[in-house]
Amino acid sequence: MNKPKSVFESRLAARHRQGRLFGAVCMASTWFGIGVLVVLLAGVTWQAGGWLNWSFLTHFDSRHPEQAGILAGLWGSLWLILFTTLFSVPVGVGAALYLEEYESNGWLQRLVQVNLSNLAGVPSIVYGILGLTVFVRMFGVFGSQPKVVEMSLGFIDVHIPLPFGRTVIAAALTLTLLILPVVIVAAQEALRAVPSSIRTASYALGATKWQTIRHQVLPAAAPGILTGVILAVSRAIGETAPLVMIGALTYVAFTPGDISSPTDIITNPAGLAEAPFDTFTALPIQIFNWVSRPKTEYQHVAAAGILVLLMVLLVLNGVAITLRHRYQKRIRW
Amino acid sequence: MASANVVENPGVQSDPHLLLRRFSLARAKEQAIYCSLFLCALLSVVTTLGIIIVLVNEAVLAVGPNAAFFQEVSLWEFFTDTRWTPQFADKHFGVLPLLAGTFLIAGIAALIALPIGLASAIYLCEYAAPRTRDFVKPLLEILAGVPTVVYGYFALVFVTPYLLKPIFQDLLGFDVGVFNAASAGIVVGVMILPMVSSLSEDALRAVPRGLREAGYALGSTKFDVSVKIVLPAASSGIMASFLLAISRAVGETMAVSIAAGMTPSLTLNPFRSVQTMTSYIVNVSLGDTPAGSVQYQSLYAIALTLFCITLAMNILSQVVLSRYREVYE
Repeated sequence: MNKPKSVFESRLAARHRQGRLFGAVCMASTWFGIGVLVVLLAGVTWQAGGWLNWSFLTHFDSRHPEQAGILAGLWGSLWLILFTTLFSVPVGVGAALYLEEYESNGWLQRLVQVNLSNLAGVPSIVYGILGLTVFVRMFGVFGSQPKVVEMSLGFIDVHIPLPFGRTVIAAALTLTLLILPVVIVAAQEALRAVPSSIRTASYALGATKWQTIRHQVLPAAAPGILTGVILAVSRAIGETAPLVMIGALTYVAFTPGDISSPTDIITNPAGLAEAPFDTFTALPIQIFNWVSRPKTEYQHVAAAGILVLLMVLLVLNGVAITLRHRYQKRIRW
Repeated sequence: MASANVVENPGVQSDPHLLLRRFSLARAKEQAIYCSLFLCALLSVVTTLGIIIVLVNEAVLAVGPNAAFFQEVSLWEFFTDTRWTPQFADKHFGVLPLLAGTFLIAGIAALIALPIGLASAIYLCEYAAPRTRDFVKPLLEILAGVPTVVYGYFALVFVTPYLLKPIFQDLLGFDVGVFNAASAGIVVGVMILPMVSSLSEDALRAVPRGLREAGYALGSTKFDVSVKIVLPAASSGIMASFLLAISRAVGETMAVSIAAGMTPSLTLNPFRSVQTMTSYIVNVSLGDTPAGSVQYQSLYAIALTLFCITLAMNILSQVVLSRYREVYE
C-alpha cells in the first residue's frame, strides 16, 4: 500500500505532460511565423515564375500584362533611396549628436525622447497627409498656378517648382520625416557605444568639443550609424501608404529626368538636375497598382514586381549586415 | 595692465589679444554648430507639431480659404450617424462604419498575433536553446521587414482563395467575398506577430533569474515557472507590447486597402468587405477629389481620429509600462 506516493507520482507525471504539451504549443507558435514566411516567399516566387525576366526589368508599365515592366518604379525607388538618405543622415545624426553629446539631460532632450517614441507610433499614412499638405501643396499658399524658381549652379540649371507637387523631392522629404525617429534612435545608440575615454583623451590634447566629435566620436560611431540608416531607408522603400497619399503616379512611362540607365548620367547630365523635381512612380506603388487591376495576369506581374522589391531590400539589408560585421571585428577599444 | 597679464598667463608667449580673437572665432564656430544641431533635434518636435497643426487646421479650425470639416459636419453627426457615404448625392458622414471596420480587422489581427506572439516569446525566452534562438530571431525580423503591400497581395491571392474559401465557404457554408475583413485581419496579425514576440520576449527576459530559481527550489515544473511566475512578473511589459501591436494594426494601411475592399459597412461579419479609416484615406487620394471639398476635408477628420486613437494607445502603453512595472533590485 503505497497509495500516497503513487498519487504524487501520477500528479507529477501529469504536470510534466502538461508542461511538455505547453512547450510544444509554444514551439509550434514560433514556427508558425516562420512557416508563413516560407509559404509567402514560395507562393510569390511560384506566381512570378516566368514573368520575372530581363524585359520585365527594362520596360515601362503597359496595358498588356505580357509587356508590362518595372523600369519606372525601379528608378523612382532608387532616386527615393538616394534623396531620403541624403536628407535623413545629416538631420538624424545632428539631432542624435545634440541629444547625446551636448544636452544629455536638458528639458529638450526629455521632450524629444518622449516625442520620438510617440512619433514612431504614428501611422505612416498620417505622414502621407502631412507630406501632401506641407510639401506637395505647401498649404495652398501658391494658389493654383505653380511657380518655378530657377537656380543656376554654374554648370547646371535647376528648375524648382513651388509648391513641389507630386515630385521625387516631396516624397523623399516625407519619407525622411517618417524614418527620422528610427535614424535618430540608431545614431544615439551608436554614439552611446563610443567609450567616453576617447572623448576625454581628445579634450586632454586641447581639442574643442566639435573637433572631438568630428575627428574622434563620429568616425568611431560611423559604422553603427550607417547600419541604422540603411535599415531605416530599407523600411522607407517598402512604404506604400505615404507615397499613395502624395500621389506618386501609377501609370508612368518615363523615369525621373529621363535617366533610365547608368550611362544616361554621363550623356544626359541635365537630367540629374531635373530628376528630383520630376513626377515618378516607385516599386511598391507599381505593385499596388498591378494588384488592384482586375485582369488575373497582372497577379503574376505583381508577383514579379514583389520579387524585385524584395531583392532591393535584400541588397540593402545585406550591405547593412556586412558593414556591421566588418567593423565590429576591426574596432577594439 | 601688461604686467598683470603676464602674471596671470605666465606660459603664454604670443600677443594675448591675438589669442583672444582666435579663441572667440573658434567659440563662434562651436556656437554655430551647437545651434544647427539644436535645430536638427528640434525638427522632430516640429514634425509632431506639424502633424497636429495640419490635421486640426483642416478638420477643426480652418485658417485658410476652405471651410474646416467640422464646420460643415457636426461632431454629433460624425460620431453617431451609422452611414458613411461621402461620394453619394445623399452625403452622410458617420464615422462608425469605418471605426467598426478598423476594429474588426484589428480584432482579428489581435486574436492571431497576441496568443501566438506571446507563446513564441515564452518559447524563445524560456525553452529554446541559444542556437535555435539565434536562428529564429533573424527570421522573425525578416517577417517584420516584409513590405505591407506584399502582405496585401498575399491576402488577396493566397489567403482568401486557398485558406478561407475551402474552409469557410465549401465546408461550413459561409459566403466569403473576394474582398473580406478576415483575410486582411489574418495578414495584419502575421505582420504584427514579430512585434508582439520580440517586445514580450524583452519583458520576459527582464524578469530576474532569482525568481525562476526560487520557483524551481519549491518544486515547480518548467511550465509552472513560465506561466505562474515569469508571466505575471512580466505582465506590464507584455500588456505594453499588446497595446503597441494593436495600435500598429489600427494604423495599418496597404494590406487592408488591398484585401478588405472599399465598402464602408457597419458589420461584424468577417467574410464581408469592410472599409477602414486608413483604406478610406487611400481610396480618396486615388480618386480626383478636388481640394477644399467636404469629401477632401473628411480626409483630415479621419486622419485626426486615427492619430488620436493610435496616440492614445501608445501613451497608454507607456503608462502601463511605467506604472505597473514590477521593480526588482
